[in-house]
Amino acid sequence: MPQHTMKRFDEELDQLKDHILSMGGLVERAIRNAVKCTLEQDEELALKTIERDKAINAMEVQCDDLTRNILVRRQPAASDLRFIIACIKVITDIERMGDLAAGIAEGMLRTRKSPPKTYSNLEAMGEKTERQVRCALDAFSAGDINLAMKVIEKDKKVDELYKSMYREELTYMMEDPRAISSGIIMSNMAKNLERIADHATNVAEMVIYMIRGHDIRHVDHEAVAELLKSDD
Amino acid sequence: MQQNQSNTKITIQDVNLWYGEAQALKGISLDVSEKRVTAFIGPSGCGKSTLLRCMNRMNDRIPGCRVEGDILLEGQDIYASGVDVVQLRSQIGMVFQKPNPFPKSIYDNIAYAPRIHGMADKGSGMDELVETALRKASLWDEVKDKLQQPGTALSGGQQQRLCIARTIAVKPDIILMDEPCSALDPIATAKIEELIDELKNDFTIVIVTHNMQQAARVSDFTAFFYMGELIEFGDTGNLFTQPSNKRTEDYITGRFG
Repeated sequence: MPQHTMKRFDEELDQLKDHILSMGGLVERAIRNAVKCTLEQDEELALKTIERDKAINAMEVQCDDLTRNILVRRQPAASDLRFIIACIKVITDIERMGDLAAGIAEGMLRTRKSPPKTYSNLEAMGEKTERQVRCALDAFSAGDINLAMKVIEKDKKVDELYKSMYREELTYMMEDPRAISSGIIMSNMAKNLERIADHATNVAEMVIYMIRGHDIRHVDHEAVAELLKSDD
Repeated sequence: MQQNQSNTKITIQDVNLWYGEAQALKGISLDVSEKRVTAFIGPSGCGKSTLLRCMNRMNDRIPGCRVEGDILLEGQDIYASGVDVVQLRSQIGMVFQKPNPFPKSIYDNIAYAPRIHGMADKGSGMDELVETALRKASLWDEVKDKLQQPGTALSGGQQQRLCIARTIAVKPDIILMDEPCSALDPIATAKIEELIDELKNDFTIVIVTHNMQQAARVSDFTAFFYMGELIEFGDTGNLFTQPSNKRTEDYITGRFG
């Protein structure tokens, strides 16, 4: 796309995007570390992960400030407007992902007294979730609607992992009441990962809106695929 | 390009226009909806004002100007032989960029045209007509105590509303506005925009504006012109969030030239 006549506007848009992607990078690391500190029972890493969430929160405020400035000074239209709307939503989603990752690290600290005997699908789920987040952010960065659609479609895999892990934890808890405490914490960790993946889906949906102008939230996947095909 | 939400008031069909050798409009077709605001936007020289001026035959007065194609007002060709242009312009009024009140009193600015058209005699009938027009133009409260003062003594924004009142006084169907706010400050502009919003209950309005935000604020439909061509025409909300043409996109996002 050609540059704006007003070059400062392009710089502001680039700056906003860079900030969002850096914030996303911090969140990817937070997810990875939250799962790692649990699997390795690394208390120090858990504390670090919780502490670093403050940086993500601070970036949210910075990003919102940049967005507000662009809205008031540039009165964006068309693709610029859709980009800004997408940013406002994506920023919130990324910040929530950070909170959920910190929540996993907090859960790890609570399992210190009686660490769980098994971590079930947590590692696989963590990897899948982190990949979903990375792909959603890549799609946002490149405006890649195919990648965004893949993220949306793959969300159900994370949901399935969550369901199976929840069932597994439930079984342990029924078998042995002493496993209840860690079982609840483990289920909550899995729930957090599942919700992080949902936020990644939200980001992917905003990529479709940003590029094509279609609001595909709450629309079933096949209808979306048809819609996108009819654009081409 | 059809707009179904309302009846069509003016149909423009394949209009081409030349100023001497230079072609200023190229195959323009669009429908203007009744009691809606249609905005024409585009860079200088794109033909938007030229098309506006075709709609009440203001271009007739320009030497070397030649128009082809059809402009139909409720199905009647306004360029047909035998059309009374003075009558046409009372039906399709116009408001210009700079307020241009007559060097007469506020009252006479309004009363002048109705008197010529024999719409009301002197006296209470005319008083009522003047008051109605000034009220519709949201100027009555500001001028009711000084109707005999010259119109030129009003502020710029008030003068423009006086010109709108003057246009309304002959009870047109359509009001054409050629950048009506470009000489006004933001407050006077806001008052005109508020007025446009009220006037569309009674009139069909076509407005040419350089201010895209103004088009977005006041219009129901927007047409984007470039180099004498109609590039895109559609619902204003859609055009400003999701234009279908690349040139429209570039223009409204400030990526032009």
